Amino acid sequence: MADVIRVESLKRIYRMGDVEVAALQGLDFAIPEGQMVAIMGPSGSGKSTLLNLLGCLDRPSAGRYFLGGEEVGRKSDDALADVRNRRIGFVFQNYNLLPQLTALENVELPLVYRGLGRTQRRKRAEDALAAVGLAERRHHRPLELSGGQQQRVSVARALAGEPDVILADEPTGNLDSTSGEEVLRLFLALHKSGRTIVIVTHDEDVALHTERIVRLRDGRVVADDPVPASSRHTLGEVQEL
Amino acid sequence: MMILESMRMAWRSLMMGKLRAFLTMLGIIIGVGAVIALISIGQAATGSVTSQIQALGSNLITVTPMRSAGAVLYYPQDVAWLKQVVPQISADAPLMTGQVTSDYGSQSYATTLMGTSPASLQIQGRKLAAGRYIIASDVTYRRAVAVIGPTVEQQLFGVTSGLGKTIYVNGTPLAVIGVLQSAGGSFGANADDVILTPVTTAEEILGTNQVSSIIAEARSSDIAPLAVAQIEAVMDARFASQNAAVVVSQDQILSALSTITNTLTLMLGGIAGISLLVGGIGIMNIMLVTVAERTREIGLRKAIGARRGAILTQFLVESGILSLVGGAIGALLGGLGATIMARALGWSGGVATNSIVLALGFSLVVGIVFGMWPAMRASRLDPIEALRQG
Repeated sequence: MADVIRVESLKRIYRMGDVEVAALQGLDFAIPEGQMVAIMGPSGSGKSTLLNLLGCLDRPSAGRYFLGGEEVGRKSDDALADVRNRRIGFVFQNYNLLPQLTALENVELPLVYRGLGRTQRRKRAEDALAAVGLAERRHHRPLELSGGQQQRVSVARALAGEPDVILADEPTGNLDSTSGEEVLRLFLALHKSGRTIVIVTHDEDVALHTERIVRLRDGRVVADDPVPASSRHTLGEVQEL
Repeated sequence: MMILESMRMAWRSLMMGKLRAFLTMLGIIIGVGAVIALISIGQAATGSVTSQIQALGSNLITVTPMRSAGAVLYYPQDVAWLKQVVPQISADAPLMTGQVTSDYGSQSYATTLMGTSPASLQIQGRKLAAGRYIIASDVTYRRAVAVIGPTVEQQLFGVTSGLGKTIYVNGTPLAVIGVLQSAGGSFGANADDVILTPVTTAEEILGTNQVSSIIAEARSSDIAPLAVAQIEAVMDARFASQNAAVVVSQDQILSALSTITNTLTLMLGGIAGISLLVGGIGIMNIMLVTVAERTREIGLRKAIGARRGAILTQFLVESGILSLVGGAIGALLGGLGATIMARALGWSGGVATNSIVLALGFSLVVGIVFGMWPAMRASRLDPIEALRQG
C-alpha cells in the first residue's frame, strides 16, 4: 500500500538568540495508508514539534516531508493552508470548537474555507455528524454539549473534509474514562473503515489500542514497533463507519 | 472565501457580544448622526435665508450713500432723476428712515419710520394683509397716513385690528390705512417692525429731507448687474465723487450670504467629522482587543485551512459591519434630529441626501481603514502560537 506519510531525515532546529536547539535531529519513517499509529514520548522529546510538522503548521529546517505523495516541506503559508484544508483532519486535546457556531456549523468550517457550496457543505457535515452519532445534536452550541460530545463533533469536523490523514493530539486527554473510551472507539471504527490515523499521546493505554507505536526521545526515534496482537487493547466489537 | 460567508461569520461573532458591538458602534452613530444633522440644518438654514431674500424681490437694488465719504446726501428729487437716467430700472423709491416712538392709547412702542413712495411695495416684494398702500396723492398732499407692519400692529393694538385707527408717531397723528403681511421667517422680525408713511409726511415727522437710501427694481435679473454698474456711474457723475453710492443688488447679497452659510455648513460638518474619526479609533481599539481575545479561534481557523486573506477579510468585514450599521443608525437619528429641528424653526427642506451618502461612505471607509491594522495582525498570527494560547 502507498505511504500516506513519509519523512526523510526530518530536522527542526529552533534558534534562540545565538543558541540552536535541535528539537528533531533527523527522523525517517513512513506511515502506509490505513494504518493507525501512536507517537509517544516524554515531554521535550520532540513530540509536539513532530506533530506541528506532520500537520503542516510548521516547516522542517532540513529533510523532506511527503504527504500523499506530494512534498509539502517547502510550501508557502497559503499553500500550506490549502494542504491542511484538504489532506489533514485535526483533533485537538481541548476540541477547539468555535463557541459562536452550532455543532453543524463547526463541522462545516473546513469546507467553507475549501470554497464548497452551501448545500454540498451541509450535506457532508450532516453525514459526518451522523457518523459520530450526534445527528440529533447538530443545532446545539459547543457549550451545550458534554466534553465527549464536543470531542466527537471535532472528530466529525476532521472527517468532513475527507482528509488523507487524521492527526489527533491527546484526543482523550481532557475526557473522563467513559467519554475517552467512546472517542477511542470512534477512532477504532474510523481505522476499520480504512482511514489513516496518527495519535500523539503519552497515555500508554491509548497507544496500545493502535497497530504501531513510534517512540521519540530527545528528537530521535528510539523505538518503532508494531503492537503485537497479544498485548493489543480492544474495546470489543467495533462497527465499521 | 466568499464575502457572503465572511459576513455571516462576522455577524455571528458580533452577536456573541451585542452590548460591546453596540458600544463600539456608538462612536460612529454619534459621528454620522452629527454630520448629517448639522449639514442638513445648515442646508435648511441656507435655503430658508435664500428664499426669504428672494421673496424681497430678486431684482431689488439698494443704493446707499457712502458714509465715510461724507458730504454726499440724497434728496427726494434724486429718486425721480435716477429712474429717468437709468433705463435698466423699471421703478425706484426713496427710503427715509428714522427711529420714532409710536403711541396708541396707553400703548407706546419704539420702532422704525420709513418714508417712501407707492413703488416700494412692489420693489420690496411685500403684500398687504389689510387696507391699502401709500398712493401717489398721499405723497403729493403730505397726507397723515401710515401703513404698519404686523409687529407694530401687535404691539399697539394687541389682537384687535389697527386699521382705521389713529396712532401718534413722535406726536404727529397718522391714520392707519393699511397693514403689511408678515415677511415671514427670521428676517421678518425686522421687516415687520416698521411704520411706512408717504416720504413727504416723513420729512415733517423726522425734520429732514435727506433720503437714507434708494431702492430700485431692475427690469430683469439678467440686467441687474448692468443696472448696478449704470447706477454707480451716474451717481458718481452727479455728485462728482468716486464713491457717491454703494450699490448692491439682491443677487450680490444672496451670493455673499450663500458663501457664508456654505462655509458655516462645511465647518460644522467638519467638526462633526472629527467625532466620526474618533469613532473610527474606537472601532480600531475594540478590534485589537477582539483579535487578542480570539487568538485561539484564529489559530484554529488557520489550522483547518483558512488562508491569510480569509482571516483578513473576516475581521475587515467585522469592523466594516460595525461602522456601516453604526452609520445607518446614525443617519437615521441624524435625519430625525434635523427634521425635527427644521420643523421647529419652520424651515423647509428635510434631510440632505448627499450628506447621508457622504456619511455612510465615510463611515464604511473609517471602519475598513481602522479595521485594517487589527485584521492584518490577526492574519499574520502563527497558528502554532495561536493554538497554544488560552
